[in-house]
Amino acid sequence: MVQSENLVEIKNLTFNRNDRCIFNNISINIPHGKIIAIMGPSGSGKTTLLRLISAQLSPHAGEILINGVNIHKLHRHALYEMRLTMGFLFQSGALFTNLSVFENVAFPFREHTKLPESMIRDLVLMQLETVGLRGARDLMPSELSGGMARRVALARALACDPKLMLYDEPFTGQDPITMGVLVKLIKHINDILGLTSIIVSHDVTETASIADYIYLLSDGQIIAQGTKDEVFANQLPFVDQFVRGSHDGVVPFHYPAVSFAEDLDI
Amino acid sequence: MSYILKIQKLGQLGLEFCRHAGTSGVFLLQTIFRKPRLIRFMPLLIEQIYFVGVLSLIIIALSGLFIGMVMGLQGFNILQKFGAVAQLGQLVALSVARELGPVISALLFAGRAGSALTAEIGLMQTTEQVASMEMMAVDPLWRIIAPRFWAGIISMPILSIIFSAVAIFGGFIVGVEWLGVDAGQFWSNMQASVDFRLDIVNGIIKSVVFGFVCTWIAVYQGYYTVPTASGIGRATTKTVVYSSLATLGLDFVLTAMMLGGW
Repeated sequence: MVQSENLVEIKNLTFNRNDRCIFNNISINIPHGKIIAIMGPSGSGKTTLLRLISAQLSPHAGEILINGVNIHKLHRHALYEMRLTMGFLFQSGALFTNLSVFENVAFPFREHTKLPESMIRDLVLMQLETVGLRGARDLMPSELSGGMARRVALARALACDPKLMLYDEPFTGQDPITMGVLVKLIKHINDILGLTSIIVSHDVTETASIADYIYLLSDGQIIAQGTKDEVFANQLPFVDQFVRGSHDGVVPFHYPAVSFAEDLDI
Repeated sequence: MSYILKIQKLGQLGLEFCRHAGTSGVFLLQTIFRKPRLIRFMPLLIEQIYFVGVLSLIIIALSGLFIGMVMGLQGFNILQKFGAVAQLGQLVALSVARELGPVISALLFAGRAGSALTAEIGLMQTTEQVASMEMMAVDPLWRIIAPRFWAGIISMPILSIIFSAVAIFGGFIVGVEWLGVDAGQFWSNMQASVDFRLDIVNGIIKSVVFGFVCTWIAVYQGYYTVPTASGIGRATTKTVVYSSLATLGLDFVLTAMMLGGW
């Protein structure tokens, strides 16, 4: 099969939730080997987009092609085969709370291979070494900090040697040191393993520092796209407010309401 | 106009009921008809039998003991009026084997194991553990639901038999050891009146049906819980309420079928 230029192609995607339009006819291309950032304010549907790409949700119109194959047309077995080529880092980490760090990372090996225990041990330790948590192998998820949990989840997501990594808000709620570690890890892993990465985030500086291309979403539309410099130079009022983090602008500080005086009956 | 709205509401409820019935039916079929991978499945099943069955033993055994003791006490006082205390063994054994054993163990099972199953699966949904399993190409129906479902069906009849045995022992302690009923009459009347096919096997059939329904409700409510704290609370409550009602309703249907000779 001829490999298409783009690993992921989103064509004319429309998705609604409870009569609210989340995406209205958007198209995005994700080329092989690049880090693509999908940014936008909270509630703009960034996580929903990742769930659509991984076929956890189905679009109402349009299609999503992974390596030229429409992922939403696949049967369960073929979909699972496709998912083995994907890694998904959930915002919460989504570690299995009843399993230790070691067993969490060993989980995909145990489920998908018949490798001997000694080899599984070596592979798990290699994955944990990559994220710097080999020493934490015996800890339970409840004993990990948020950043450590995300790194363990990253080691687990990389276990099946994916070609596409999907990161859901990897930097949210992290202290500056952990954030720096995660930024470096994502870039490092993408480069040495030759992955294609999609990062969904609203942490502008960190995400833009490693992204090759940025899409900015708002109100179900792509309102800006380009390299970091192109997006930062964009003069649209919303884009300017978003990338600089201004508290007031076209996106008002106040949620729409009647006047304050009217509300207080004065 | 208000009548139209009421009819509309009724229609909505009907549609909602049909949707749930359809979803739970498909969910059940998908859980049962999974490609068997016994070598990997057995350890998961045994682990769940421990959590669902073994950990329910204490509440089942203690409840059985007390219910048997109460049956012995009440039965003795009533039978004494007719000079028929010798029939106490028969009374306790038939009541427990036919009705109380399967029904009360199912109600206790729904409260102890069913609610725990719903809360556990619901929390796994809320914390995206089920979604992460899906993303690792592991079928959650096979890995999470099926072992719990089969563990419930296997555990329920065994718990019910243990409940009945302990309840009969409780009746013996009160009737024979405390109130002085003759031990020989107690056991021989019981042996003469309890039919293995009609009483014991029918009781076991009931408990298998109750185990099937209670576990189905528990895993379904957990899997389709609204992923919030209150959603898990509501799902757990629904598990206990629906399981209890289904147990009592099905008990009437099964009893009518069994007494009517099927």
